[in-house]
Order: sequence, then structure tokens, then C-alpha cells
Amino acid sequence: MTYARRLVLLIGLCVLFATLAVNNAYPGEEQEQTAATTRRKADPDMPKYVVPPPPLSEGIFPCSQCHEGMEPNPTRRELTFHTEISKGFNHAKEQRWCLDCHNPDDRDKLRLASGKLISFEESEYLCGQCHGTIFRDWKVGVHGKRTGYWNGRKVYRLCVHCHYPHWPKFQPLKPLPPPLKPDHIKYRKLSDDEIPRNPIGDISETVYKYEKRR
Amino acid sequence: MKREDKKTESRFFSRRDVLKGAFYGLASLAIPIGSADASVWDAFFQKHFREMNKDEVGAVIDRLEKEYYKKFGKKFDIKTTEAIPGTLFGYGLDLSRCIGCRRCVYACVRENNQSRDPQIHWITVLRFKQGKKWVNDLEEAEKYYYPGEVPEEGYFYMPVQCQQCENPPCVKVCPTQATWKEPDGIVVVDYNWCIGCRYCMAACPYGARRFNWGEPRIAREELNTNVHYLGNRPRYKGVVEKCTFCIQRTRGNPGRYPACVEICPVGARKFGNLLDPKSEIRYIIENKRVFRLKEDLNTQPKFFYFFAT
Amino acid sequence: MFFLNPFINFFRVLKQVVKGGTWYYAWIGFLSFFILIGVAAYLKQLNHGLIETAMRDQVSWGFYIANFTFLVGVAAAAVYLVVPAYVYNFKPIKEVVLFGELLAATAIIMCVLFIMVDLGRPERVWHILPVIGKMHFPASLLAWDVLVLNGYLAINLFIPFYGLYKLAHGKEYNMQIIKPLIIISIPWAISIHTVTAFLYNGLPSRPFWNAAVLAPRFIASALCSGPALMLIIFQLVRKIYKLDIENKAIFKIAELIAYAMAVNLFLFMAEFFKEFYSNSIHLAPMKYLYFGLHGHYNLVPWMWASLFFNLTAFVLFLLPKTREHFFSLNLACVLVIAGVYIEKGMGLVVPGFIPGTLGEIYEYSPTMVERTITVGIWALGALIYTIFLKFMIPIYKGELRFVSRVKEQPDQT
Repeated sequence: MTYARRLVLLIGLCVLFATLAVNNAYPGEEQEQTAATTRRKADPDMPKYVVPPPPLSEGIFPCSQCHEGMEPNPTRRELTFHTEISKGFNHAKEQRWCLDCHNPDDRDKLRLASGKLISFEESEYLCGQCHGTIFRDWKVGVHGKRTGYWNGRKVYRLCVHCHYPHWPKFQPLKPLPPPLKPDHIKYRKLSDDEIPRNPIGDISETVYKYEKRR
Repeated sequence: MKREDKKTESRFFSRRDVLKGAFYGLASLAIPIGSADASVWDAFFQKHFREMNKDEVGAVIDRLEKEYYKKFGKKFDIKTTEAIPGTLFGYGLDLSRCIGCRRCVYACVRENNQSRDPQIHWITVLRFKQGKKWVNDLEEAEKYYYPGEVPEEGYFYMPVQCQQCENPPCVKVCPTQATWKEPDGIVVVDYNWCIGCRYCMAACPYGARRFNWGEPRIAREELNTNVHYLGNRPRYKGVVEKCTFCIQRTRGNPGRYPACVEICPVGARKFGNLLDPKSEIRYIIENKRVFRLKEDLNTQPKFFYFFAT
Repeated sequence: MFFLNPFINFFRVLKQVVKGGTWYYAWIGFLSFFILIGVAAYLKQLNHGLIETAMRDQVSWGFYIANFTFLVGVAAAAVYLVVPAYVYNFKPIKEVVLFGELLAATAIIMCVLFIMVDLGRPERVWHILPVIGKMHFPASLLAWDVLVLNGYLAINLFIPFYGLYKLAHGKEYNMQIIKPLIIISIPWAISIHTVTAFLYNGLPSRPFWNAAVLAPRFIASALCSGPALMLIIFQLVRKIYKLDIENKAIFKIAELIAYAMAVNLFLFMAEFFKEFYSNSIHLAPMKYLYFGLHGHYNLVPWMWASLFFNLTAFVLFLLPKTREHFFSLNLACVLVIAGVYIEKGMGLVVPGFIPGTLGEIYEYSPTMVERTITVGIWALGALIYTIFLKFMIPIYKGELRFVSRVKEQPDQT
């Protein structure tokens, strides 16, 4: 066998195994891998975990594209541009206004009370300033949703994945239907099409769907 | 109830139905005796799962995969993954977070191939009125609530599923050892060994076991073909089934979270290894106020309810 | 040609069973009709699954297990006749022990049938057996039940069959063989009922069953219903077969029922008091039975009727005047049977599940299929007992004899 043929064979095998590996993976895995960008290491308290990027609004971020050169205005007022936010704002609204969290100078950063600037990718430090116990729970995986592997790589969510920062309270959900009462379970002849369908399709698809925001 | 009875009565005495019933009934009786198909005999004489050696298990898996293919037209991958040494699974459920949306119920149905008709759910979500007596006898529990939106003012919710007891009464009473506790603490059922006497259902204090009262039916496109022998493989009429902490997902290195954990929109569900001091479930037990359902019965569930805040 | 004898004997018995008068054929036809529709209903259940019953996950045992429990009691009651007959050598009762033992055997056969129709996978029943299956002994009380019930069946078939076999050959039975069996059968009869009670009793998830008084109550009520059923059978047998059963035996048994009923009522009262006075959360099933729970009253009239039947029957059995009067005696028997059938059947099984372990109330009421299968099994039991009596009484009376090894003159039948 010539080297060339062996090489071809080897490459062929590699491709085959790669395809098999991809096929064996759960459908959600790929999605999680591409979504995961931030891996924390700075904080020694924190275990190895993966956080997907924050759900920044399309076309709004980076903020500097508009705010560059704009004079910061700390007054509480009806905003002319972010109208929805100023109207709906409900996050300790008596104590807080935009620049308590958003940095006035470099608008693409958030600012902690200490004056330290942080990126939007690590916004949990900002939330953790007030919600200390929840931050602590979140770090160990007790607060908030986690997916991935119980004995391997875990995928966290940032606070803002589930709680919209400007009105963080969860929005109510429509519940899925209750079970059938026992006297409604009867022998029935059903064709394949008549078999009731499950209200939840693929589980991995729905992972992010219910993180509610408006 | 009364009306239903009458309907059955009138149907019962229709001659066609009786004759057909007689035919199918006789046919099903006659299968082990008259059938030429060897696999039917193999199925009938299949040994207890824990008494088979590797080859025998392999042969059974092959036969079942063929059976399922014939029945559903889909290729199943039936795993028999054993428990990972050094694991004991534990579950946490944060009652201060659960909003009673029942996403977990249906994610479980989807993942674990529960019968859609007759309907089987492994998870029951109970609703309680705040300030009323609740936890011991659960007499005030409402299982069939269906408001437009959850959570509702003045109520709280508690999902119940198999508590994977360390001291499981269902295992103790099973007359054929068709159900047992695995080394990683999961209580499993061998659907090919269960005789359907339902003694385990009488013994379970958590209403966690389900019986296949009729032939389980699932739309073909909704079948999950990634299955475990002791877990979510398709079941038979007349056998008992229950939650297995998604044995087909969790027994892996790395192992995925159970479907109910993955679906929960509020992150109220936690899962991990009780023997790993760094696991989130250990953190919960050591740092939160936890309780287990009906602790007075000494079943020692590995399912911990807690209040994070 | 000795080896032919068993066949000859078999055909003699067969001939005896097959031939009979119009009433005999009518009775057999009547029973066969119900057996047949029972079989049809069972085939339907086998085909569709237990979904044809009203049992569901909330109430996972129902009418079948209720009948099973009642019949275990009937079977256990044979001891009631064996004890005085053999231990105290009370002659009048000794003569009717045979019918008690046959009744016990029949009842056990019916028990086994009720379990079989309750199974989701009856073809796998061999899994429960030791050696070839994987019997969960000693942990599972159901495994114990399989052992004690089958043992009891064997004893109660062996004693009458052996005795009559000897009798058919014109010989006296060997006390050396019979006596140890009889002595074993006494605790064994108590054991079948105790084990069946423990089967429920050992489930802390079901507070209604998880009461120590359950096993004693089981035995006390069994000692009422079983003998009451036998009293009726004795009278029928006496009438139909012109058999000499003394009134003395009947009245004695009736008197014993009165004492058993006294104990039964007392134990019931103890349970009733404990639940209602302590008024804990475990009161719910009892409340459901006697007063209804959260607007669910299905069993309330039945339970009060049962209590009323039991009390009335107790009085009728206790007073010598009513006890020794056949109308009131038979009325009392019927009342006791009905009372215990309600109390130890549906009144025992269903409240174990109401309210359910998750607080749910599902009011169970058997479907037509369940009722039909149940009637079918009762009819089959009656048929088996009828056939037993049909060939055993002539042997007992000396009218039917077997061909023996030693050449004998053929009998006169």
C-alpha cells in the first residue's frame, strides 16, 4: 500500500469517526458549545463553568455608537430614545436610575459601586452588589438554571438571561395542561394520527425558550 | 362515573366485541404455546435482568431492538450502562422558586417515552393554598389546577415524583424482585419481569409509580430512541413504571442532567452526586433548610425539597 | 389387571359427576352461563388491559382484591370446624368437617383466580415461584402469601381426598398420616389470614391498613363469615343429599359465630374509637367510610349497612331462641356474610387508597367487566364445590366404592 493510499484511508477514517461523534452527541450539545464564550477563572471561588454571552438587544449595543460624545445626564426623566425602558422601569425604582449601573464615561461598560468597570459579559458582579446571597447561591449553582453535565462542563445563565435588568420580576407563564382525571382514562381505539401529541417537542430546543422577557 | 358504566355495559354485550375479544384474548394466551416465532419464546423465558450474563443481556438487547423496530419502525439504541462507581444520585427542588408551570411533567413524558394514551405522567405537580395545612397528608393538595397564568397569587406548588428512597418500600414488597435499587441509588423496574400485581403502588407513599392500564401508545415521530433498558425504553401493557432520574442521560461520563432539570424555566430543580462534597446537591443539603417528604415513614428519600430564600 | 383400577375408578367418579337430575343440570347450566360470560369479560380485559376495570393509579387495587381478601377469610374458617372436631372430638361437628375443608380448598382456588385476573401480566406469574422464578422471600409478604395459600390448599385437598379415597376402598383412614396434618392445619389456617392481613398491614404509606388491630380483625371477621357460609351449605347438603347432619352441630357453630362476632365488633369499636378520638390526619379514610370526605360518599351507605347487618346478626346468633330457629338463623347467616363481605372487601381495600398518598380522592366503583369477571369466578367456585360434593357425598355415604387391589364385590350403585 502506498503512503498516499494510507493517508487517504486515514483521513477517511477520521472523517467517519468525526461524523459518528457528531451524530452521537445530543442535539443540544452543539448549540451550547457555540453559545458558550465566557469561561471564568479570575475568581477562585468560582468553579469551572461556561456562561453564554448576554442577550444584548440587537442594534442597541455597543452603546457608544450613539452615546459617544453625548453629555451624561443623571436626572430622572422620561427618556426620548429608550422610551420603553424609562416607562416600564421597575427595579428598586425609587433608589436607582441609569447611571447607577451604566458607566457614564465609557458607555460600553458597567460600573460597580466601587468604581470598578466591568463588561456586559460579567454583569453578575453588578447584580451581586445588592443581591449578595443570591449571587452566592448562583456561584455554587443553587440559584438559577444550569444545564450541561452533572459531572462535567456546566452551562450557567447570567442573571440577565432570565431577569430583564430593568424590570427583573419574572413574567407569569401559561401552565401546561393538568393530567387527565382517572375516570377520563378509558380504553379508546385511536389511529396513529389521533394519539395525543406532547406539548413539549424536543427538550434541548426549549432550553432557552422560557426565559421570559418583554 | 355512572354514565360511563352504562356505556361500558352496552358495549360489553355487543356480540361482535365479545367475539373479537375472545379471539384476541385466545391469541394472546396462545402465543407462548403455538407461535412458531422463536423470539416469542425467548421473550417468555427471558431471565431476570440481574441473573443474566453479558452475552445473555446482549442477546436480549438485540431481540428487543428488533422487536421495537418491528413495532415502531424506528431503530432504538438500548443501553445497559451500569452505575458509575462512587455515585449516589440526589435531587433538590427549590419550593421557593417553583411556579407550577408543568414544563417538567411534559419534558419527562417526551424524554422517557411515557404513554400518551392512556395518559401517563411520572411527575405530579401539587398546588397548595398558602397558610393551609399541607405537607404531611397532602389532603389539601390540588393536582388538576389550570389557571391562565402561573404562579397564582396565594398559592404555592410542589412537584412530586419518585423520591428514590434509600429505604424503598416498593422494592421491599415486590414479590418477584422486578424492582430494585441500583448501586447509584436509582430504583429501577425490569419491564420484562414485572407481573403487574401493583403491590409496589400500594406501598409507595409518594404516588410515584404508574401502571400501564392499557397498551401504551406514542406517536411514532415523538419516540425517543435513545434509551436505557432500565429506564425509558418502550413499556408494555400491564407493567409498572416510574421515574429513574433519567438513567439514560445521567449515567454517563460526562452525564447529562435529567430532562426535568434541563427544562425547568426557573431553575428550581437541582441534581448531582451526593458522594461528591463539591456537588450543588451537597451544598444545598449543608447550607439550606431542606426537608424530605413524609420523613416519619423512614423511607429516606434522596429527593430534597428546600427553600433557597 | 390392577393397573387399570385407577382408570376404572376415575370413570366411576366421572359417571357420578356427569349424571344427575333436572335440578342438577339446571344448576350446572346456570353456573356455566355465568362462567362463560365471565370468561368472555376476562378475554376482553386480557385484550385491552386492566383499563377495562375502574382501577387506576390512584386506586390500584379494587374489586378483585376485595373478593380475594374475603375468600381468604372463608378459607381460614375451616379451622373453626377442625379444632373442635379433632382436638375435642366433638362428634356432631366432626362429621361435617369434610365440607368445611372442601369449602376451604374451593375458596383458595377462587383466591388464586382473583389474583390471576388482577395481574397485569398473568403469563409471567411463574416469576413469583421459588427456584424457577425469583421469589422475593422473605421480604415480600406477597411471597409469603403464595407459600401459605398454596400450602393450605394442598392440606385442605389432601385431607378430604385421602380420607375419602380410603373410605371409597372401604378402609378406615390412617390417623398417623392425618393427625399431624390436622395439627399443622390449625395454625396454618390462622397464618393464611394473618399473612394476608400483614400484606396490607405492612404498608405505612396506607394509614388505614397500618393498624396493628388489622390481623385480629381479619381473623375475627373470618370466623364469622366462613362458618355462616358453611351453615347455609350444610342445610342445603342435608336437604339435597339426605345427609345426616345433626342440628346440634349447626347450632353449636352458630353459637361460635356469635362469640366471633362479639370479638369482631369489639375490635372494630377499638379501631373506631382510636381514629375518631385521636382525630389525627390518619382519620381521613375512616371518615370517608362512615361519614364521607370532601363530598365523596360512595361507601357510606354500604358501611353503615354492614355495621347494621353485623350487629343484627350478632343478636340473632346470641339469643338461643333466634339461633335455634331456622328462619332467623339463616337470616343471620346471610346478614353476616353480607356484612363481612362489605367490611372486608370493598370497605377494606378501597379506603387504603382514599385519600391517596398525594391527597387525591378517586371514587372507585367497579366496571361491568370487573363485576362480570367476579361473578364468573364465584360461579366457577360454586361449580367446583358442587362437583366435589357430587362425588364425595356418595363416597361418604358409602354409595360409591372403588375397585380395590384386593378383589371385592362391585358396589350396588
